Amino acid sequence: MRLPTFRVPLGSPLQLLLLVCSFALVAYAGVRLLSGDWLGVVLWFVGAALLHDLVLLPLYSALDRALRAGTAARWTLYVRVPAVLSGLTLLVWCPLILGLSADRYRSATGLDPDVFLLRWLLITAVLFGGSALLLVLRLRRATKHRSPSVH
Amino acid sequence: MRDDPRLPTSSHFWRSPLRGTWFTAVLGLVLLGGISVLFVTGLVSYAAYNPDLSPVNDTTPDKGVLGFYLFDWPAGPSWLYRLSQGVHVTLGVVLVPVLLAKLWSVVPKLFTLPPARSVAHALERVSLLLLVGGALFQFVTGLLNIQLEYVFPGSFYPLHFYGAWVFIAAFVVHAALRAPTAVRAVRARRRDEAELEAPRPAPPTVSRRGALWLVGGGSLLLFVTTVGQSLGGPLRRTALLAPHGGADPGGGPNGFQINKTARYAGITAADTHPDAWRLVLTGPAGTVRLSRAELLRMPQHSSSLPIACVEGWSTADQWWRGVRLRDLAALAGYEGGPPDVLVESLQRHGAFRRAALRANQVSDPRSLLALYVNGEELSPDHGYPARIIVPAAPGVHNTKWVGRLTFGDL
Repeated sequence: MRLPTFRVPLGSPLQLLLLVCSFALVAYAGVRLLSGDWLGVVLWFVGAALLHDLVLLPLYSALDRALRAGTAARWTLYVRVPAVLSGLTLLVWCPLILGLSADRYRSATGLDPDVFLLRWLLITAVLFGGSALLLVLRLRRATKHRSPSVH
Repeated sequence: MRDDPRLPTSSHFWRSPLRGTWFTAVLGLVLLGGISVLFVTGLVSYAAYNPDLSPVNDTTPDKGVLGFYLFDWPAGPSWLYRLSQGVHVTLGVVLVPVLLAKLWSVVPKLFTLPPARSVAHALERVSLLLLVGGALFQFVTGLLNIQLEYVFPGSFYPLHFYGAWVFIAAFVVHAALRAPTAVRAVRARRRDEAELEAPRPAPPTVSRRGALWLVGGGSLLLFVTTVGQSLGGPLRRTALLAPHGGADPGGGPNGFQINKTARYAGITAADTHPDAWRLVLTGPAGTVRLSRAELLRMPQHSSSLPIACVEGWSTADQWWRGVRLRDLAALAGYEGGPPDVLVESLQRHGAFRRAALRANQVSDPRSLLALYVNGEELSPDHGYPARIIVPAAPGVHNTKWVGRLTFGDL
């Protein structure tokens, strides 16, 4: 009787070749990337992926779920769009907006770091205000449309 | 393991009706184009520092073959670095919503079980960690650096350079494996791969097209609040959130944007006082020491050149006036063709207190040791008593508070 042989499924050979080739370059550059504070760099590299996938993404998904639960489907977009745009600008420019590097920024560039929070708040106000205005206009149109005999 | 819809490992956990091959493919193709431009402009910026000219220019001395493409950085057109680095930084900012949307669209695949169906599949998932980690690492280090928030573990230059190579290795494989599917999906709007689609989708609150418009709107908002810092002039005021947007730091001829102030660089009035300051020129003719008054008695030349920073911001052309670098080379003993030069600042610390310029940069008639800008003496923040200005060179190679020029082949 022959013993059953255990075979590891390899997958596409072309894919394997490409990946091995890629890992060779990763290793070459990676050794240099890790030549200083290797633990810090690994933490940043892996941490960035984990923080995004397990914190940021679930967080904004949960916020969106809460928004959908709390508003009628027709109105959801009027909150979602300004919230996304405002949140996005905060995410990209948070060091400036939150003043994390305010002292260095002021002494290096001679510019005032306090303007960013104000500007971001203004942009946020304009986004939400604009959205509210559109919503009001739409509601008024809908009211007129439904009861043209009122006037 | 049972298929529990409460766990992200189950396809039933993911309910959004937006996910699907077409949606991911559109975002993926935008990133394919955008990241290719980011990578090329990044390599161009690296070459602009002339790292192979002298160790003082080289923040990555062990780069090995990764510097294979390096070339002598040209001294023109004068807007070259302004354009390439403006594109690099502005595009990087603008692609953030596209990257986030793309990652969101494929997140169910992160949790797919079994972890590996084959050796190739296992390796691909490792490669995807490098892809996602690499993309986020590059975007985050870039965004932090332009906001002067130096919290990353090491010097920005090697981290962003080697990080780019690690990322691009994973990116190229991913593009090679996925781009054909993406192109097919976008061309035919076909859904031959249902793996990204929710089997039990929630009722839609927005269409896929609508969601793409939102991503595009996010990019547009970031673009209009950023690009002004690279355009300068009145448009700078439109860059409401960019580090060098809004108002200029001051009025008058010296009012344009500053990279590092004199105070930040530790330059004192005593350092630059006419009695104390001398420019030290070294070359075959020996060492020459020149006061500012003596420099002003040499032939004065003008050139209109911008300041363009690695952080992506730049100024419009400023009108500089001073002594040509090639005239100073002649004074140091190079009457024929000018050689390379090592420029040293009065700064006692800082990564760029020394910079090497190549012969083609020294010999360009627009390259000056500037003493005046826009008709006025340089201000302390712009490099008084004398600064370098060279066409198309990165901002930090236009050394301020110059103390010493050593001419010779480096």
